[in-house]
Amino acid sequence: MGKTFSKPEALSDAYTHYCPGCTHGIAHRLVAEVMDELGIRGRTVGIAPVGCAVLAYNYFTCDFQEAAHGRAPAMATGIKRVRPDLIVFTYQGDGDLASIGMGEIVHAANRGEKFTTIFINNAVYGMTGGQMAPTTMPGQRTTTSPMGRDVTTTGMPIKMCELLSTLETPGYIERQTLLNPKYIKKAKKALKRAFEYQIAGTCYSFVELVSICPTNWGRTPLESLQWAEKTLLPYYKLGEFKIPEEQ
Amino acid sequence: MAKILMKGNEAIGEAAIRAGCLNYFAYPITPQTEVAEYMAKRMPEVNGVFVQGESEVAVGYMIFGAAACGERVMTTSSSPGVSLMSEAISYIAGARCPAVFVNIMRGGPGLGGILPSQGDYFQSTKGGGHGDYKLLVMAPDGVQEIVEMVMMAFPLAEKYRNPVMIVGDGLIGQMMEPVEFPDNLTVKPTNKDTWATNGMDTRNSKERNIVKSLYLDPDELNNHNLTLKAQYERMKKEEIRYEAYNTDGDYKVLIVSYGTMSRVCKTAIDNMKTQGIEIGMIRPKTLFPFPLEAIRDAAVKLSCKAVISIEMSMGQMVEDVERAVLGQRPVSWYGQCGGNVPSPDEVADQVMALIKK
Repeated sequence: MGKTFSKPEALSDAYTHYCPGCTHGIAHRLVAEVMDELGIRGRTVGIAPVGCAVLAYNYFTCDFQEAAHGRAPAMATGIKRVRPDLIVFTYQGDGDLASIGMGEIVHAANRGEKFTTIFINNAVYGMTGGQMAPTTMPGQRTTTSPMGRDVTTTGMPIKMCELLSTLETPGYIERQTLLNPKYIKKAKKALKRAFEYQIAGTCYSFVELVSICPTNWGRTPLESLQWAEKTLLPYYKLGEFKIPEEQ
Repeated sequence: MAKILMKGNEAIGEAAIRAGCLNYFAYPITPQTEVAEYMAKRMPEVNGVFVQGESEVAVGYMIFGAAACGERVMTTSSSPGVSLMSEAISYIAGARCPAVFVNIMRGGPGLGGILPSQGDYFQSTKGGGHGDYKLLVMAPDGVQEIVEMVMMAFPLAEKYRNPVMIVGDGLIGQMMEPVEFPDNLTVKPTNKDTWATNGMDTRNSKERNIVKSLYLDPDELNNHNLTLKAQYERMKKEEIRYEAYNTDGDYKVLIVSYGTMSRVCKTAIDNMKTQGIEIGMIRPKTLFPFPLEAIRDAAVKLSCKAVISIEMSMGQMVEDVERAVLGQRPVSWYGQCGGNVPSPDEVADQVMALIKK
């Protein structure tokens, strides 16, 4: 009997450092599967963020650059402009992309830079130990909002797909999640579509993946999946926000 | 080769293109915006890349991404913009990528002024960004020299796998002088397949490359810093450049000055010579590595009474001059940093005061 299922070539043999129940593992795998299926590993450059995925370059087997916090879209712009033939993706968390990197992501999307962003939204700063993120929910307790996020002083959580969709420049923007196999299948479809747009040179592509962080949410993985379904999905609505064809 | 009359800022852009750099990312800032405007028109003519980034922060990282794929890249900015790029510069140095930065200095600190200054000596040579890194820093004294230094910067950056910075000032950026683009300074890019993220297929390799500056293991990070330091020590051996002006005779005072300020000092020296007063000058052309020995040797000449660092700042290079002179002669400073360029008469007054002491 032949091999019917294996680890993607684009994923390395390294043991990841992610917490039990972390959805980075699923996200990494989906990206790697897409890279294999599209046969692009040999001309792909990934850009790792500062966040839990700071060591992402150890887990993939394509060329990788390490960006400063929030700056991956600017680095991706640099690569894509000088080597348009390379396939470039940034992989960023909510602090990296929606806080310090807000300027870079909005402008890269607005310029229509032809790279792909994978946005891991888990409503908290993971690596630094659970501080409030721009995507933290109202009332959510974090180490820098110990009484729960007070929206009168910190504002409401930012919806990145919606925000980037207001830009006139054509793009592909979709939000999915990794909470169960049904959702994971849709997430993979979105990721594949994003890379296909890049391969065709069509537009900027952005896939937000609503994710969990059991460690910093102070919940078990199972509780985290439930909390995410109950609290995050009604706010961060899943679906397609923008496609290049409609412009 | 024919000479062309060019504005400094435009000559910088043209020099980069002649040196084989076809990738330019920048943000407008006075007094160097004309470089970006020149490149916006010129790059399409040579099928090059021109991008106006959304901020100097972003531009610094566009430079990093492009440099990390092994392409020649340059950006230009001015003092406050260079502050914003400083994080990226630290990353680029830590990741050992070649890149060229040009700082057309203006008054500071903060928003400061838009007139010429030399107030970023510390920023360029002692940090600006965090951590143990150095930039190879060159200081031209006019448009011809900035052209030559820009052209040399690319092969130098590749030789050391380090960013190179050229510091001019608003005067050099704005002035027009006849320029010749030398043929012999264009050097082919080095092969970067051992480290660049230019795609495994491009390299025909099954091994991937990672460009990073993170080393969580303390021994690894220390070793990495030792590697960087070795490059800086090599720069000190091989890349010191300076000009000795009127140092053959028995000068009474040694001036140390660079860039635009050095041209004023040369005029002052020439004027005083006609009155029978001999003054010598060492003009550093590299601020890092700094010509410590040349200055010390010039300072300890028997005739020389004193050393003065004349710079358009509140006294930055003077600290390196003190380090060079090692107490062998009194070292003082004169300068202005609002944007006024001291006149030859002002320089002469300062020097005469030292002689009379």
